[in-house]
Amino acid sequence: MGWGLIVMEALILTIIATSIPLLLAATGELITEKSGVLNLGVEGMMLSGAVGAFAAVLWLGNPYYGIIAGAFCGALMASIFSIFIINFMTNQVATGLGLTIFATGLTGLAGAPLIGKTIPSLPKIEIFLLSDIPYIGEILFKQDFIAYLSIAIIIFITYFLKYSKPGIVLRAVGDNHQSAHSVGYPVKKIRWYATCFGGLCAGVGGAYIPLALTPHWAEEMTGGRGWIALALVVFASWIPWRIIIGALIFGGITIAQLVGQSRGWPIPSQLLSMMPYLATIFALTIISGRLSKNNSVVPSSLGKPFFDNQ
Amino acid sequence: MITFTPRDKVSKNWTIIAPILSIFLTIFFGLLIFTFLGYNPLETLYQIFLSPFSRIDRISDIFVKACPLIIVGIGLMLCFRANVWNIGAEGQFIMGTLLAGSFALLFPNVETKFFIFIMIIIGFIGGALWAFIPAILKTKLNVNEILVSLMLVYVAMLFIDFMVRGPLRDPMSFGFPLSKPYSQGALINKIPFPGIGYLGQLHYGILFIILLIPISWLFVNKTLSGFKINVLGAAPKAAQFAGFKQNTITITVLLISGGLAGVAGVIEVSANIGQLQPEVSFGYGFTAIIVAFLGRLSPIGILFAGIMIATVKLGADNAQISMGIPKVVTGLFEGILLFFLLTGETIQKYKIKWVGV
Repeated sequence: MGWGLIVMEALILTIIATSIPLLLAATGELITEKSGVLNLGVEGMMLSGAVGAFAAVLWLGNPYYGIIAGAFCGALMASIFSIFIINFMTNQVATGLGLTIFATGLTGLAGAPLIGKTIPSLPKIEIFLLSDIPYIGEILFKQDFIAYLSIAIIIFITYFLKYSKPGIVLRAVGDNHQSAHSVGYPVKKIRWYATCFGGLCAGVGGAYIPLALTPHWAEEMTGGRGWIALALVVFASWIPWRIIIGALIFGGITIAQLVGQSRGWPIPSQLLSMMPYLATIFALTIISGRLSKNNSVVPSSLGKPFFDNQ
Repeated sequence: MITFTPRDKVSKNWTIIAPILSIFLTIFFGLLIFTFLGYNPLETLYQIFLSPFSRIDRISDIFVKACPLIIVGIGLMLCFRANVWNIGAEGQFIMGTLLAGSFALLFPNVETKFFIFIMIIIGFIGGALWAFIPAILKTKLNVNEILVSLMLVYVAMLFIDFMVRGPLRDPMSFGFPLSKPYSQGALINKIPFPGIGYLGQLHYGILFIILLIPISWLFVNKTLSGFKINVLGAAPKAAQFAGFKQNTITITVLLISGGLAGVAGVIEVSANIGQLQPEVSFGYGFTAIIVAFLGRLSPIGILFAGIMIATVKLGADNAQISMGIPKVVTGLFEGILLFFLLTGETIQKYKIKWVGV
């Protein structure tokens, strides 16, 4: 294999790795939003997952415990959010912002003793024979556990939303909570589950950052990925597989600007660093223009509090 | 289990009790978390909530710190009342500062204090222009203003960093990313008190707040535009039937809040820093969101809320110095406080009863 191909392969692997946290967090948020809940705390849940995973691996030594810890911390944050927005019917936008602010403070405090330490990365799992396929084998079949997991989740979600009864109920709750309630579905309970699943995914996505990308802990190390994940859900028009495309595009842009910086492109590094954020705005603009013409994909009850008159 | 019954009208008592109760609950839960993480709760309590009051110059610094929070908070109040979610005030703060600062650097020898008024106007324009991007995208193409305004914060941070390290860098700064110092006319002076001298960093920028609070109170309570904003937020359908132009209101509140964030930036930098540097804001734009809510979206409430949050910010600085607690910890208190305040809003509208199952 020539040098060009090796570089190419390394580049693609980095792009995939960069997009996985976005992919997981966006998938979780998609399920949350399908149930009618808008959780703007994704950034906070990812941070919690990251610090939880880092601490767990530091103490227990095995990177796989990090995945469990990340999932737990993310879901814990989501359940705090759920208490307020579902049970106390608070404003979802403000509560979600509050969750991110809260988690930024909490993880900064909890993570202070972890700064400067290093943890082992998640091992790559080779899939027997398939990983020997030339060119694509190394890319597709020599990934770590979370990478496989994220694809499995996307496939599961696609099936779940389209063909399973609980999935259809979930969509009904998100599209019209009053009717779903009058038919007898437990709206609050379903939203609780959906929100916690979203937190769980965001937590694992956040955990991926210290487990696979940079093996250190730093304050606010998610660097806005949670917000980009929120934008990805809109970008994907609430269709699961499109999240993969979106996440890879954003991963690609992030890596492209990093490559540009290291190769000394004649563009100032700060302007290159703006690329992912500008691309997000650009993508949102294009998609939103289309969505406003055909808004049937947007969950109709999204962001509205539900009062069940008990 | 808990049950909710709607009240006939919003409870007056709870309007007052809820914020106070929220503050106490926040302190309680905050200390619980501190204890759990192994910090001395009493010392934390003292450092964060009381140490800012321990000296007269520290007290006046509370007002200095509260100044940008209140100005930005008043602007956000208009947005949130209209149900427009501008969470990018941080970026508007930066861009207003940068535009006014670049203008100030064009005139290195201005002495007259009249100059600062021009800077304030330019700062307003700079912030408003940055807020115009989410405003126009929201109204023309229905793009979510939350995400756009937030993404623009990151863009603004990178842009000021680029400007200060590049085109605006002072060649005499020995490689530090700093602009040339502002001229005398572009600075806001500290207030001298006869017989005492200066009180901490207390500066004339405070006067802007004394002007802003009554004007904004009159605007939201006594003008038709203020009324339209309230109706749009509380009952969008009613606003539509009444023929209020929703897009015009959305654009207006975003422009005003962006502009005020820019003004806050100009005052902050002209009074406390005196030149441009990569970091000019220290999160004021984000903290002001909490200030607006804690102040119950009313100008007088925001005045007190700004003072309270500024106290916690200064307290956290002290706690970092004396106890090594990271500064971001203020977020912990702000987040919990916001949760309880929002719950308080529900309690105002609904009666809550515990019923045995």
